Amino acid sequence: MSGPHRLTGIPASHGYAKGPMVGLDAGTKAYAAKGSPAAEARALAIAIEGASEQLAALATQMLGEAADMLEFQLAMLADESLAAPAFAAIEDGALADRAWLDALDVEIAGYEASEDDYFRARSADLRDIRQQVLDVLAPAGDLAVPSGAILVGDDIAPTRFLAVDWSQGGGIALAKGSSASHVAMLARARGVPMVVGLGPVPSDFDLPVFLDAEHGHVLLGPGDEAEALFHRAAEAFAARWRAAEENSAKPAATADGTPVRVLINVADPSDVERIDVATCDGIGLMRTEFLFGKSEGLPDEETQYRAYRKVLEWAAGEPVTIRTVDAGGDKPVPGYTVEEGNPFLGLRGIRLSLARPEIFRVQIRALLRAAVHANLKVMFPMISVPEEYTLAAALFAEEADRLAKAGIEYAMPPLGIMVEVPSVAIAPELFSDVAFFSIGSNDLTQYVMAAARDNTAVAALNSVHNPAVLRLIASVAAFGQKDGIPVSLCGDAGGDPAAIPALLEAGLRDLSVVPAQLALAKTAVAGVSL
Amino acid sequence: MTALAQKAVEITHEVGLHARPSVKFTKLAKSFPAAIEMALAPEGPWFDAKSIVKVMAAKAPKGTVLHLRASGDEAELAVDALVALVERDFDEADAHVRTA
Repeated sequence: MSGPHRLTGIPASHGYAKGPMVGLDAGTKAYAAKGSPAAEARALAIAIEGASEQLAALATQMLGEAADMLEFQLAMLADESLAAPAFAAIEDGALADRAWLDALDVEIAGYEASEDDYFRARSADLRDIRQQVLDVLAPAGDLAVPSGAILVGDDIAPTRFLAVDWSQGGGIALAKGSSASHVAMLARARGVPMVVGLGPVPSDFDLPVFLDAEHGHVLLGPGDEAEALFHRAAEAFAARWRAAEENSAKPAATADGTPVRVLINVADPSDVERIDVATCDGIGLMRTEFLFGKSEGLPDEETQYRAYRKVLEWAAGEPVTIRTVDAGGDKPVPGYTVEEGNPFLGLRGIRLSLARPEIFRVQIRALLRAAVHANLKVMFPMISVPEEYTLAAALFAEEADRLAKAGIEYAMPPLGIMVEVPSVAIAPELFSDVAFFSIGSNDLTQYVMAAARDNTAVAALNSVHNPAVLRLIASVAAFGQKDGIPVSLCGDAGGDPAAIPALLEAGLRDLSVVPAQLALAKTAVAGVSL
Repeated sequence: MTALAQKAVEITHEVGLHARPSVKFTKLAKSFPAAIEMALAPEGPWFDAKSIVKVMAAKAPKGTVLHLRASGDEAELAVDALVALVERDFDEADAHVRTA
C-alpha cells in the first residue's frame, strides 16, 4: 500500500478520529477435533452455554439499546432451533466448528437477503453470535484492541464494540456494515466515529489512519496538506460539539444578551421521553396527526385527552401549543381526508375540521379538558380567512358550554392561528382578534414560492431564504409587535443556522424546532448580534 | 381439555416484528402451556411461535397480517394475549417523525 489514498463511504456516526489500523477479521483459529460425534455435540453445547454466560455477564453492565441487543442475542442462543441443524450435521460426522459455522451461515444469508434495511442489519447480530460461540470452541489469543485504534473490517460485532475502551478515542471503518445496525446505534449513542460501506479496505496499512466520519472518508497516507485540513475540520467539529453541548443546557441568548425562547416541535408524545424539559422553553408545536393515522380508526375523546395530558404533564408548566389536526396535503388519513387532485391546495387542516365538525368537536372536548392541567395553547392550521378562526373559536365556546353543563372540568386555552397561507401573512391585520400567531415556515415557503416541499425537482425554489418569504415573516412579526399579539415560528427555518440571523433581525424571539435541532439552534442564536 | 384457537392480526409497529418485539412475543408465547404456531398466510407454512429464531426469520414488516393458532391448555388465552401484544405495538412507543 503506497501513496495517498482516500476511501469514501457513508457516515454512520459523526466525528473524527486518527489512529493505528487494527484489522477486525483475524484469521480462523485451529479447532481440535474431539474424536466422536457425541464428543463434538458436547463441545458445541458447552460452547453455546459458555457464550450465553459471557453475553449475560456483559448484559448486566449495559442499559438501553445495548442491553436490548444483548437480550436478543441471548434469546437467539437459547433457542434450540438455532443450533439444531448443527447438531444434525455433527451426527452425520461433521466437526463442531464447521457444523456451527454452516448452520449460522444459512441463517445469516437469510437476513442478508432481506429487502428490509432493519432485518438485513440483523445479520451483524447473527455474525456476532456465530463468533461468540466459535471463540469458546477454539480459544484464540488476546483479541484486545489498543485504545485509540481505527477498527477496520467487513463488519463489527456489537459485543466486540462493547469490549473496546472508547474513552481514548478511536473509530470504526467498515467495508460493509449499515447505519441501521446495532453497532451504529451504539456508536452514535457513545459518540464513536463510524463510517460504513467503504468497499474494500486494506487491512495491512501501518501508518495512522485518518477517519472523517462527518463526511464519510478514510484517508490513508493523506500528505501534509490533506492532514492539516483534516485536523482543522476535526477541531471545528469538536468545537461545534462542545458549544452545542454547553448551549443545549442553558437558555438561548444572542451574543449581545437578548434572550430567545427555543421550544420544540413534537410529532408524538413519545418524542418528549428522551428530552429534559429544562433544556427547552416548552413545546411550540405539538402535532396531533399521530392520533389520526391508526388502523383502528379515528381516536376517541379519551385517547386524545390522555395523549395531550401526558405531554402537558411532561412540560411541567412550560407552555405547550397543540395544533388541531392538520390532515390532508401530504398527510392523508383513511376515513377522514378526501382524494383530491391537488391536496396541498385542497381540503386540509382547519378546512377539513370545519367540514367534519362531528370529528373536530371530539378533539375540541379533549383539548378543553386537558387545558385544566397546564399551560396549554391551541392553534389552527391552514387558516386563510378570518371566518375560519371565528367558526373554530365558536365551536370551542359551544363545547366548553356543554362541558360546563355536564359538570366536567375544563379550561379555555388561548386560541391562535398558524401563519402559513400567504393571505394571512400579507394581511395579518384581518386577524387581530387571535391570541397568537405561529408562522409555519415550511408551508408558508411552499405557498409563497409555488414549489412543493416534497418535490425534489423544485427543491431549489423551496427556500425560506428567498427575500419574499423573509419579508412576509418580518411583516407578520412587526404587526404582532405593534398590536401586542405574540408571534412565534415553527418549522425547519427555526433550526436552520443560516436562517436564524434573519429571523431574529425580523423581531422573532420564539423559535420552535425539532428536538434534534435544539442544540444547533441555540448555538446559532448565540452567534447573532442584534 | 384440549382446545383449538385461531386468530389473525396486522402488525402496525413501525419496523415490524423486529428484534425487541420478537423477544417480547416469544417470551409471552412461552409463558403458555399450549402449542402455538404462527404463519404469514392463512394456508401456512406454520412455524413455532415460541422460537425466536423462527419468528425473526419470518422478517415480518409493518403491515404484515400474522396468523396465530394454538392447541392444548390455555390455547384461547394464548392467542388472545399474543394478538393483544401485537395490537399494542409490542408496548413500544415509537416516534412517527414527519416533516414539519
